[in-house]
Amino acid sequence: MPSYRELLQQTKAEVEEVDARGARELAGAVWVDVRRHDEWDEGYIPGAIHIPRGSLESRIESRVPDRSTPVVLYCASGERSAFAAKTLAELGYERPVSLVGGIVDWKRNGYEIEVPKTLSPERRARYSRHLLIPEIGEEGQLKLLDAKILLLGAGGLGSPAALYLAAAGVGHIGIVDADIVDESNLQRQIVHSLNTLGTPKVDSAKRTIEALNPDVQVTTYRERLTSENIDSILDDGWDVVVDGADNFPTRYLLNDASVWRGVPVVHGSIYRFEGQVTVFKPGDGPCYRCLFPEPPPLELAPSCSEGGVLGVLPGIVGSLQTNEALKLALGIGDPLVGRLLLFDALATDFHEVRVNRNPSCPVCGEHPTITEYVDYVEFCAR
Amino acid sequence: MTVIRVPPVLREEAGGARQVEASGSTVRELLEDIVGRLPALGNKVYDGSDIRPYVNVYVDGEDVRTSGGLDAPVRENATVVLLPAMAGGER
Repeated sequence: MPSYRELLQQTKAEVEEVDARGARELAGAVWVDVRRHDEWDEGYIPGAIHIPRGSLESRIESRVPDRSTPVVLYCASGERSAFAAKTLAELGYERPVSLVGGIVDWKRNGYEIEVPKTLSPERRARYSRHLLIPEIGEEGQLKLLDAKILLLGAGGLGSPAALYLAAAGVGHIGIVDADIVDESNLQRQIVHSLNTLGTPKVDSAKRTIEALNPDVQVTTYRERLTSENIDSILDDGWDVVVDGADNFPTRYLLNDASVWRGVPVVHGSIYRFEGQVTVFKPGDGPCYRCLFPEPPPLELAPSCSEGGVLGVLPGIVGSLQTNEALKLALGIGDPLVGRLLLFDALATDFHEVRVNRNPSCPVCGEHPTITEYVDYVEFCAR
Repeated sequence: MTVIRVPPVLREEAGGARQVEASGSTVRELLEDIVGRLPALGNKVYDGSDIRPYVNVYVDGEDVRTSGGLDAPVRENATVVLLPAMAGGER
């Protein structure tokens, strides 16, 4: 039986080894770091992917599907990577090479390393169910922690959005709402409670979010959105806006500003038993004015306070909006761009209609005629 | 007969019905038939020559304004949806 030293010598003799300079000259190579997680966390060679030695056989094919791609393997000193190179050769990779001296020599030669942004053990535990999903993983969770999502309204639609975005670890949530918590809100606005009756909704929502997840920073705007304040609010750099407004002037105002600024809006609206959800992504699909060029006359536009709403309906529609917002923040899946989803809670029926971009849209069309804020109250009262 | 889904804000005009039936081989014929059967509903959607600007009419998931207009054919058993913008969310 060979000793470890003998086995290492034998393996090193069988595989191709290159020094740092030689490895850098290997055109089109994929660099694979085979060290443990804690070693990777201390710094890695820029551009490398991380596949710990123990998972190499099972994961290499999904990360490097083309076996003719040269693969530079490295560890700390060049021992584990020699065994890894042998394994890849056995798997049919045409040119696996082991970096002599590993990352230790790499650093000694003055080459750059990158220190990854990683999740603390506490965050790993909190977001473990996200980390298990390949489409999210640590990279996606870090994206969410960096994301900034603005909620327009902390009411029926904003409530589930606030809770689920906070639980998901969206690092910065903004909330715009001028109202205070009223008893009649508690039938559906689950971010508020008896304890916050009579307090501003933005403060009540902030309190609930902070009790749920201390990773989330909350910025509150206790005001109604107007053409006077919208620019300063959007200047805070929101990646996505979740629109749960309760009136047409605000929706048209938000639309125009978001088109001009290129900020995606996740739209939701509800009435009695029915809801609508869509995503307006500037440059990539229609805007709200393409869908509804004009607001309906007042008699066709009752609000929920006039017409009522099933308590769970904003929970469903607001959750659908949250799903879209998270997808946009993560850059995964197919958002509801150019598609309007209609939900009927009585029939439990989802129906989808297409929404096309209107080339003559006054805001996002080929020859826009509206290029600055208009009087939205007047526009909607016509 | 084609089944037309009526949105909640227009149900009063349809006598409370969630859906109504109408016949017609084009969008125009269909809308004129609705005006004849249920004038209160029809007039909210159709002004006698065009679809009102604040209502969208979808035939098989496509907005008729951007897919053939009033003369677009409507097949038997098509799904027709009338849809004005909804007022809100709510706070």
